Amino acid sequence: MDIFLQQVINGLVQGAIYAMVALGYTMVYGIMGLINFAHGEVVMIGTLVTITVVTFLLKAGFPVWLAGGMGIVAAASVCMVLGWSLERVAYRPLRGAPRLTPLITAIGMSIVLQNLAMMIWGRNYMTFPSLIEKTQFEIGGAAFTNVQVLIVLVAGLSMGGLLLLVYRTKLGMAMRATAQNPGVAGLMGVNANRVISSAFVIGSVLGALAGVMVGVYYEIAHYQMGFMLGLKAFTAAVLGGIGNLAGAMAGGILLGLIEALGAGYIGDLTGGFLGSHYQDIFAFVVLIFVLMFRPSGLFGEKTGDRA
Amino acid sequence: MRTWFNTLTPRTIFGLTLITVALLALPFVAALGGQAWVRIVNFAILYVFLALGLNIVVGFAGLLDLGYIAFYAVGAYLWALLASPHFGLHLPFWVILPLGAIVACFFGILLGAPTLKLRGDYLAIVTLGFGEIVRIFMNNLNAPINITNGPQGITLIDPVAIGNFKFSTGSTVFGIDISGPQKYYYLLLVLVLAVIAINVRLQHSRIGRAWQAIREDEIAAKAIGINTRNMKLLAFAMGASFGGVAGGIFAAMQGFVSPESFSLIESVMILAMVVLGGMGHIPGVILGAILLTVLPEALRYAVVPVQKALFGAVLADPESLRMLIFGLALVLVMRFKPAGLWPSPDRRRELAEKAR
Amino acid sequence: MAFSRNLSCFPGITLALAASIALIGCGQKEEPKPQAAAPAAVPAPAPAAPPPKPEVTVKLGHVAPMTGPQAHLGKDNENGAKLAVEELNAQALEIGGAKIKFELLVEDDGADPKQGTIVAQKLVDAKVNGVIGHLNSGTTIPASKLYADAGIPQISPSATNPKYTQQGFATAFRVMANDIQQGKVLGEFAAKQGVKTVAIIDDRSAYGQGLADEFKKAAETAGLKVVATEYTNDKATDFKAILTKIKSKKPDMVFYGGMDAQGGPLAKQMKELGLKAKFLGGDGVCTPEFMKLGGPATDGHYCSMPGVPLEKMAKGPAFKEKFVKKYNTEIQLYAPNVYDAVMVMADSMKRANSVEPAKYLPEVGKTSYEGVTAKIEFDEKGDLKGGAISLYQYKAGQLSYVETLGGGVVEAVKEAAQATGEAAKAVAGAAVDAAKEGTKAAAEAVKSTADATKAAVEKK
Repeated sequence: MDIFLQQVINGLVQGAIYAMVALGYTMVYGIMGLINFAHGEVVMIGTLVTITVVTFLLKAGFPVWLAGGMGIVAAASVCMVLGWSLERVAYRPLRGAPRLTPLITAIGMSIVLQNLAMMIWGRNYMTFPSLIEKTQFEIGGAAFTNVQVLIVLVAGLSMGGLLLLVYRTKLGMAMRATAQNPGVAGLMGVNANRVISSAFVIGSVLGALAGVMVGVYYEIAHYQMGFMLGLKAFTAAVLGGIGNLAGAMAGGILLGLIEALGAGYIGDLTGGFLGSHYQDIFAFVVLIFVLMFRPSGLFGEKTGDRA
Repeated sequence: MRTWFNTLTPRTIFGLTLITVALLALPFVAALGGQAWVRIVNFAILYVFLALGLNIVVGFAGLLDLGYIAFYAVGAYLWALLASPHFGLHLPFWVILPLGAIVACFFGILLGAPTLKLRGDYLAIVTLGFGEIVRIFMNNLNAPINITNGPQGITLIDPVAIGNFKFSTGSTVFGIDISGPQKYYYLLLVLVLAVIAINVRLQHSRIGRAWQAIREDEIAAKAIGINTRNMKLLAFAMGASFGGVAGGIFAAMQGFVSPESFSLIESVMILAMVVLGGMGHIPGVILGAILLTVLPEALRYAVVPVQKALFGAVLADPESLRMLIFGLALVLVMRFKPAGLWPSPDRRRELAEKAR
Repeated sequence: MAFSRNLSCFPGITLALAASIALIGCGQKEEPKPQAAAPAAVPAPAPAAPPPKPEVTVKLGHVAPMTGPQAHLGKDNENGAKLAVEELNAQALEIGGAKIKFELLVEDDGADPKQGTIVAQKLVDAKVNGVIGHLNSGTTIPASKLYADAGIPQISPSATNPKYTQQGFATAFRVMANDIQQGKVLGEFAAKQGVKTVAIIDDRSAYGQGLADEFKKAAETAGLKVVATEYTNDKATDFKAILTKIKSKKPDMVFYGGMDAQGGPLAKQMKELGLKAKFLGGDGVCTPEFMKLGGPATDGHYCSMPGVPLEKMAKGPAFKEKFVKKYNTEIQLYAPNVYDAVMVMADSMKRANSVEPAKYLPEVGKTSYEGVTAKIEFDEKGDLKGGAISLYQYKAGQLSYVETLGGGVVEAVKEAAQATGEAAKAVAGAAVDAAKEGTKAAAEAVKSTADATKAAVEKK
């Protein structure tokens, strides 16, 4: 039982990270129906910027909380600018172009960002300065740390904040209007360009935050870390029903749990044939099954004939 | 009725002759820059092959497929298993290549069947997952029974051979020295011409028009009596079979296959070729495939000399710069030519209408 | 030949199709020497014919990934090769009556098999006299066929997949123990640590899986019980799920087959989960990077490295000093092996008194060279003979040497020599002298010193 609990904790934390990244995907997708493939790279840049800033400030003798805080602010600002310019450079000129076109620019931007990061930060793996003293807790024989609690909390709060933003503010209303019909929203006085820009900026801030969390948790960063993370998060977003905020959260957590429990138990259940080497498959298999019965994901609305 | 030979004016005959001569001479021209260039040309043709296969699914039928490399992998592994010391089998190529097409075809249907209801981005992620599933299985099927030899890959794969005439090594034919890569070039050329012919015929057939109808509006297509399920499955199967054949040739050319050659990024690159060139337009897709294969390799040769000429020293690491330029090229082309470099006339017209 | 040349200069055709390729093909033609412009039909052994000129340039190809996750190791390899080439040039060697200048052609294969063959073909085209590389087994194996067809000797510093030399190519050599040799020693070592049960993790890369499989065999032969076999991949950052499972099986030791970038975080997460087993890994985790990424969690962990530690070798410390001074960075992993590979190749050329691949290739097989990593001799397949493996333990942020296992007589000599201290110099000295003189004498000298040191040990 303690092992099962431990696996649930493992999956929950991993899932919270997926969820936070997935929120960024879903934010953009919900409004303009576009997969921002470069979002994983935004997360990566967020982590690397934090490392640089925090290491520099710590060396300069700043206290840890201040250095950490400034690191997060710096990462958020850089990612905001990045998200905004991504939209301006790579996506805005392509509105009305064939659907796959922005996908290719996104892939292109992803390659560009990765290589830029490699030129700036080098090819080596980097260690994330420890911002939070890790303390261990135990419940029923399962170990967890304060960092893990923090990650789950931050993910939950991000989703709550986003829901408030989308359903309780004027900007949120404009976003929902633009999502439904950009043309009509424009007639009602909504500046669609501004709304889309702000969606990108908010998504990128979430990405930066996720990047910091990843850094704090794994204490490791690399210029290629964004790709796999982005892919998993994207899977999570689709699983939950892309474009749906609560769906992204649920999808992320579900994906994390599937991976942890799959790696933990399926091997023994199948006599070692499907062990943890198939960990990455479990998520996809579940995804395919879910989509066979609910073609728009768990919480996704029927999109009608939008394809 | 218009047939192809009606259009043969002296000018087109001249043009066709010129192209034929150019295609025949290409490996020798490329060899002037070294046999490495012949190899690059071969890979370019191989990717033309793949891009045309994917074009059937994405371009003709409008189904976004991000796991296309899986079929390539299936073809490559089939060749590797049937023509290497791994199982001690050494079947000839005229058995394996058709078999590869059939097996890949089967995998295509396997992928297509559960995804019939899905659209757009949902389909994209499922196909992506399928590609990864195939790769991961190949990476892990060395236990409990050793089928694929796992991450170690399969070595000493037989080259394509007709009797004792092996394609892997050089020989002299009619007094002309032909190297291994050059022989593969001609083989690939023949195959790719066949694929192009099939593609052109398909596009203008009933099937091709049915796919186009599905691409434009699936519900309307159903309404006018097109069996959308069968047509979609057919698109997946046809596309997959081309991937299977290309994979077989790849295995024979390389003499070694391992799962790392079939990663997700390869699927993405092939999709980029299709979209960059001009989805659904055969010449465009060919152009896209050639450009995206040759560009990174050309940059390998060009980055250092250009920097030396401009700044007198190598400022930036050639390797990262190479991929950086490649990424930028993708963005810029799409930015200024959203329908691809060489879109079909219909597409161009549609876009122009939208812009109005 | 004239046929193709005429075509290339017929403007209509170059314009007609695939313009980019044809143009580059044509442009390239201008660069190489005019006599090389004719297409070499068969990538034939380079006729680097040493005419009675005063200076001959010997081109050595070097291939390693300079992009991708292993780029840091690739750069390290390149540094090792550059250092060796510089030293060789400083020696102003004369081979076959001509002055020799070595030139290094550096290529990137991105650890991708497809790029590996393109790059290999590029080197064959450039008519290199020998190839050092590649770094990964995955690229080394497909490339080795091209080198074999062209008759170009290839020495890989770090490809450890047994298949590389099992293909039967006369041109394929390696200066590093292969996975079978290393996995076996690791298994024996685990048994010697008094552990009863082990859990094995491999990263499903060719290297990690090969090593883990051999370890498993050796461990089971030595009577250990493998209680769990788990897997990850070479891009993973989260290992908690598999570690939790392993924790439930309570092994005494965890064996990891994989690289440092995953090993470091893995060690950290073991500690976080309270998994208090010993940790053992191969050369992939015997790097400064592992320590950097794992932090204090690496304390007490074991890892192995083929060869004998640099400090214990006669020329080792000097090499380390030179390397650090020149590049202002620590040796990552394989740089000493690359250095040795270059030196072995040059040494073979010296003995053959020729730089032509066809002529000096037989001499490579007969090598008996006292390198900075090991005494290098090849068996009939091209594998490193003996293949001693050294084990290390991380202690207080330092790699400390534990012991050397495996290997034949020569390595036994070394171990004994280390024990007796003074004798070490004698052996190394004798071996160096012997290597200089020739072949037979070497073996004898070593044998006699072996007896001497054995006696010394026994006395002690």
